[in-house]
Amino acid sequence: MNIAVCVSHVPDTATKIKISSDNKSIEKTGVTYIINPYDEFAVEESLKWKEKSGGDSKVTVFSVGSDASKETIKKALAMGADEGVLIKTENDFDSVGIAKALSEELKSHNFNIIFCGKQSVDFDDSAVPQMLAEFLGYSCATVVVDLKLEENKVTAEREIEGGREVVELELPAVIAAQKGLNEPRYASLKGIMAAKKKTIADKPAAAYENQTEILKMHTPPAKQPGRILGTDISAVTELVRLLREEARVI
Amino acid sequence: MPNKILAVLEQREGKLKRYAFEVVAATVKLAEELKLEKEAVVVGNEIENINEIGNYGINKVVHLKSDKLANYSSTAYSEVIANYVNETNADFLMLANTALGKDLAPYLAAKLNAGLIVDAVNLDTSSGELIVTRPVYAGKALMDVKFKISKKILTIRPNIFKATSSNGSAPEVTVKEVSPSNLKSRVTSFKKSEGKIDVAEADIIVSGGRGMKGPENFHLIEKLAEALGGAVGASRAVVDAGWRPHREQVGQTGKTVSPSLYVACGISGAIQHLAGMSSAKYIVAINKDKDAPIFNIADYGITGDVFEIIPALTEEIKKIKS
Repeated sequence: MNIAVCVSHVPDTATKIKISSDNKSIEKTGVTYIINPYDEFAVEESLKWKEKSGGDSKVTVFSVGSDASKETIKKALAMGADEGVLIKTENDFDSVGIAKALSEELKSHNFNIIFCGKQSVDFDDSAVPQMLAEFLGYSCATVVVDLKLEENKVTAEREIEGGREVVELELPAVIAAQKGLNEPRYASLKGIMAAKKKTIADKPAAAYENQTEILKMHTPPAKQPGRILGTDISAVTELVRLLREEARVI
Repeated sequence: MPNKILAVLEQREGKLKRYAFEVVAATVKLAEELKLEKEAVVVGNEIENINEIGNYGINKVVHLKSDKLANYSSTAYSEVIANYVNETNADFLMLANTALGKDLAPYLAAKLNAGLIVDAVNLDTSSGELIVTRPVYAGKALMDVKFKISKKILTIRPNIFKATSSNGSAPEVTVKEVSPSNLKSRVTSFKKSEGKIDVAEADIIVSGGRGMKGPENFHLIEKLAEALGGAVGASRAVVDAGWRPHREQVGQTGKTVSPSLYVACGISGAIQHLAGMSSAKYIVAINKDKDAPIFNIADYGITGDVFEIIPALTEEIKKIKS
């Protein structure tokens, strides 16, 4: 089986976001970058599918970004993916741009299945997997927490409000992973050493003009700390009174 | 002829969802401010409450109908909507940023070669053009953004744009029988989760963190949530420890929520958690550690033992509700 996984290089979720002096982006100095947390589930799932299908199955990792994204590709290689491709650009593409860059590169590979994280934790668009599927003419399921393959048909369960939708998909397909799909493995020392010998190809991304424009970034107004009502159950009556009479939420 | 904005409305099991009416209300407002023609479009088979749309201010509705479209199919829904958009020359689509809207809008953007802005929390037209404010980095920052091309698709965050119903006339509904050809991806069934209320949709949430000491103590959280008519939430630490299912996780890599009331029990308030819930209208924190960051954003706090305070609070709520 020919498998792809798309990863993105994002600020650590523990990062305190500061707006940079241009007011249009975040301050990048001092920020630790990591593999997008949802992409770890995508990488794990791609490796499980490779192991299950055996034979000459292969997992190729793709990322769109600058050279710094190679760190994140390496992480996927250390987990067990076979080779990497960096689709290189210094520009910050919007979701359409990223999906276009990926589809241009991926279309010639004839992948059976492509795994992505359901969203990247920077702009939180949750859009690239669907757009990639549309550009490639693949089927797609997003927010996937369970996945099974039978014959040429894939059954995915996706998380929605109040439960799970069962989705039947024809291959080839794009699967956008949600937390809970699996338990991502840790990269072993052996994996990390092996990753050093794996290749990461550089491919330039075609020029692209964003369809949306960021005018300004700002931080939400800081909430003022409220009142400490007490240290034991004697504060409960007052809390309930405030919730009823002041907040009017109960 | 003015340009046209289409409200793309969500139905499940033949019924329009409440967020559909928020989309209608936001569409009406934008249509007025930007002088656009407005229309609603619904995809599905039989839809029982389609006439209600009139009460929210749109009187032209197109129902794209087929028995193959009773359940959601990303490929087929995007196909029939894109075909209709091309036919009618609409250049602005609005959807709700729900599980369905989030899934569908990007296909439409790719199909129609449109710009996409998701999860809007404010729409400002005072300068004559639309400026959208949306959260990024799970709400740690906000971004003002505009479209650079004429075809636009926008999703709005649920529970932000209020839909107020007035007694409008029944809308003019045009039923268009369609035959989708692309059913490569389709929903075959729905598995309801056991939890009573989904944390993403709840107006009141009671969340537990590591301070609850173990999964066996979460019945306290459940009882308080039940007394308040709310949902159970959880911090990432307790989800990662396997105490609670992931669907209850609040925060970055979980759900971003904006309920009226959020009660955080034994939650210290890691930055990832705060990002996901600090837009709640009222926040109550119960935690032994008076230096816990959660108290920096809580409206009301009790710096005490969760095992004493939660049961007492549950009893007090039950008393006033009975």
